[in-house]
Amino acid sequence: MAFFEAKNIQKSFGRTEVLKGIDFDIEKGEVLCVIGSSGSGKTTLLRCVNFLETPDKGRFYLNGELLFDAEDKHSKSDAEIRQKRLHFGLVFQSFNLFPQYTAIENVSLAPMLLAKERPDYKTNKKQIKEEIMEHSAELLRKVGLGDKEGSYPCQISGGQQQRVAIARALALKPDILCFDEPTSALDPEITVEVLSVMKELAAEDMTMLVVTHEMGFAREVSDTVIFMDGGYIEEMGSAEDVFGAPKSKRLQEFLSVMK
Amino acid sequence: MGFWEVTLRLLDGLEYTCLIFALTLVLALPLGLVISFGSMSKFKPLAYLVKTFVWIIRGVPLMLQVIIFFYVPGILLGKPIFSRLASVVAAFVINYACYFSEIYRGGIESIPRGQYEAGQVLGMKKSQVFFKIVLMQVVKRILAPMSNEVITLVKDTALARVIMIVEVIKAAENLASYGLMWPLFYTAVFYLIFVGALTLLFGFFEKKLDYYKV
Repeated sequence: MAFFEAKNIQKSFGRTEVLKGIDFDIEKGEVLCVIGSSGSGKTTLLRCVNFLETPDKGRFYLNGELLFDAEDKHSKSDAEIRQKRLHFGLVFQSFNLFPQYTAIENVSLAPMLLAKERPDYKTNKKQIKEEIMEHSAELLRKVGLGDKEGSYPCQISGGQQQRVAIARALALKPDILCFDEPTSALDPEITVEVLSVMKELAAEDMTMLVVTHEMGFAREVSDTVIFMDGGYIEEMGSAEDVFGAPKSKRLQEFLSVMK
Repeated sequence: MGFWEVTLRLLDGLEYTCLIFALTLVLALPLGLVISFGSMSKFKPLAYLVKTFVWIIRGVPLMLQVIIFFYVPGILLGKPIFSRLASVVAAFVINYACYFSEIYRGGIESIPRGQYEAGQVLGMKKSQVFFKIVLMQVVKRILAPMSNEVITLVKDTALARVIMIVEVIKAAENLASYGLMWPLFYTAVFYLIFVGALTLLFGFFEKKLDYYKV
């Protein structure tokens, strides 16, 4: 069984069917890129994986365990979903950093709040806090922003903000890190700095699910590429196959336009 | 009656002005938040009920509401149940809470969805998302409209005189029966100082929150 499996994921908004039955697997340490034109359902798929949308049908498995089943009401409760979300990190297209917090506070906020639920929090408060701050600082250094710890989001560039967002998403040590068009809101010359951080993570065997328009990146980094069209997976395969020898006509058209 | 004596009389009145102002603010600020949650409730009947309530409270003159609070329980029950001060404060708190609730609602609804979603995917509870992420941004956004309302409140306290509470203006009016008109105009100085202090205070808060942009 694969590390993560999505089975027959379906989602409609009102009468519009956005996902019409999506199946895919991700192996541990693998990078899976989802490409496709806008409106193909790729962002909705990513939002389903992160429980920002609830699929109407389908199941998710993680590590062989059933994580979510649309048929099972219990698996949709707020508290349940909150726990399950922790398996995933999400980097947004529009960064969504918290403007009133510094870079390091953005990274450390969620771990701090979560630590308060630990039974040993009261006795080891100081030590736990120090560990979290240490880890947060390390993550910022990892994304090349060790010197921006104390900067507010409005004081740093878009590329730097997105790198803080990546550090923030890594802070809870997710099993799978998801990216929703992470460079679409950035100037072309700045996308490089974000993509290089993502490449570094891929090289460290972080399991990643990336929705992207960066074909060069997808080709270089992906183990598997999914091409979505009209709510279905039109084509799926290794980066070489999908980019080198596209089978479906829609994919051929899409790739010729993206070049 | 000399200048100092008049000033002392007006200062007596100012005590009530300050008391009504402070009590209204302390009670209406949190109550307004509760009302705003009601009007934004996903449970539609509650939202409509709250919105109707806000419409009535904002639609009826505050002076009339003060009179209603003081006289109507008395007429219905045969004896007044609220003191003068309690009636005024109750009417003011409810009235201002409704105005505040609309300011809160505007502020809360102006926070982008992405802020909530970013908190959610980081495993935060709904209450944590609200208090740790959204609230501070709302405060920054509503500071200017809130300062307007708070300044209006200072001057609205003068309505308490319709049920014979001797606040600053009533104190000055009482002096008019001695044939003194100028104390009434002199009260403006008290209001100006009060509002001036508040303006400085709000300016200070705005500066305090200047370190980030929303």
